[in-house]
Amino acid sequence: MLTLPAFAWSRPQSVEDALAVLAAHPGECLIVAGGTDAVPNLKHRLHEPRRLVHLGGIGELRGIRAGDAGLEVGALVTLTELASHPHVREHFPGVVTAAAHVASPQIRNMGTVGGNLCLDTRCTYYNQTFFWREALGFCLKKDGTRCHVVPQGKRCVAAHSSDVAPVWIALGAEVEIASRDADGAVSRRSIPVEAFFVGDGVHNNVLAPGELVTRVLVPGAAYGLRTSYRKLRPRAAIDFPMLSVAVAVRGDAARIEELRVVVSALGAKPRTLGGLDAIVAGRAHDAALAEAVGAVAHKQCHPLSNVPYDTDWRHDMVPVFVKRALADALGVPA
Amino acid sequence: MDAAALVPCTMQVNGDARTCAITPATTLLEALRYTLGLTGSKQGCDKGDCGACTVLVDGVPTLSCLTLALACDGRAVTTVEGLADKGVPHPLQDAFDRTGGAQCGFCTPGMLMSAYALLQREAAPTRDEISHALSGNLCRCTGYTKILDAVELAAAELRERAK
Repeated sequence: MLTLPAFAWSRPQSVEDALAVLAAHPGECLIVAGGTDAVPNLKHRLHEPRRLVHLGGIGELRGIRAGDAGLEVGALVTLTELASHPHVREHFPGVVTAAAHVASPQIRNMGTVGGNLCLDTRCTYYNQTFFWREALGFCLKKDGTRCHVVPQGKRCVAAHSSDVAPVWIALGAEVEIASRDADGAVSRRSIPVEAFFVGDGVHNNVLAPGELVTRVLVPGAAYGLRTSYRKLRPRAAIDFPMLSVAVAVRGDAARIEELRVVVSALGAKPRTLGGLDAIVAGRAHDAALAEAVGAVAHKQCHPLSNVPYDTDWRHDMVPVFVKRALADALGVPA
Repeated sequence: MDAAALVPCTMQVNGDARTCAITPATTLLEALRYTLGLTGSKQGCDKGDCGACTVLVDGVPTLSCLTLALACDGRAVTTVEGLADKGVPHPLQDAFDRTGGAQCGFCTPGMLMSAYALLQREAAPTRDEISHALSGNLCRCTGYTKILDAVELAAAELRERAK
């Protein structure tokens, strides 16, 4: 039995109200939507907020809208809603695959697009009970001073574990963030999802205290990209990724114009592979091309022992999963 | 509202309006089991892995161990206690009994709720669809085969009744 720590409770009915609550209690709040990440982490005493701000009452954060400028996905859209939305299914199969591979049906019914983006990083030495962590003297990410993954390390390397974020990045999507200035004026800004994440496992995104993720915006230019997602995990029914690969391709198997590959669940931040255009631009997909892309991925990606599975094996699986995801996106046999 | 205050939370539980006094740090599972006395939903892993606490919130399978009770204020909650009709087991419960789908029985309430929600939206699910719908419910006894058999049997019985 895992009990929750005591906390005060706010349930704002609008983004403005939510930002006002956050501003009135600086440094004391934890934002909760579906609760599938925050609640177990609270039970493990990984977060110790004095107040929970529950977003469930904010109607404007719900809904998926497709317009000329692209696709808008509200932060409170559940992963089940995202994966079953007809427009998303037609145009962005990679998003659907990623959302449908998150955890279990119940968790997808509860978990939200915003929560999935803001998912806390995960590590063998972090996602444990207080008792377990205390026995090891805690760690860099919470309550301690040393990293058990990289013993001399000064920076937390807990793994970014969101399934959908790598696909958003491959699509060039943006995240909209609402904030409130000292005078109480509310403003919104959009930044690329790729720029939302930073390589610090303690807090791996740029969201400042008092800010709120409100929407994900997929640009019109992303229509026509072929997308796919592959996830390596211990159990197909329910597990976080130990390796994830998102692919977006412009063109087709006969002629690839542009290729984006994003690999994650290795460090605190998803990695977008570099140098792919020189290999693929204008070429047809074949075994040699797939091997070359896989080799780039193997060279640029370096798994750590931050999740409890063999690091060398995960490294060897990087090119395998990149090749499979590329074939999925192009609709050809792997 | 502050952390120690008991606040009222009213939910439509199995068709009845039920009000309980809880602190904000109370999960839906704790409210159901320890405040309302509905101990059918099981406290298994208590962190969202096992599915034994599955209930329906507004008809949607939800892990009550990860749901804050106050987030359900004003909403409809269906638990395993709500499946039987005036003491007559639901066809799913009957089918679990007939196929041996319940052994130790700890996962059964969650299995039943996930299966119930599936049969509400799909009268004739395939074996794969059943397996997928129950993929968030872990069972350590049966090896799942008899549970899948039970859901198929109940689906057939419900289709027969609907004729």
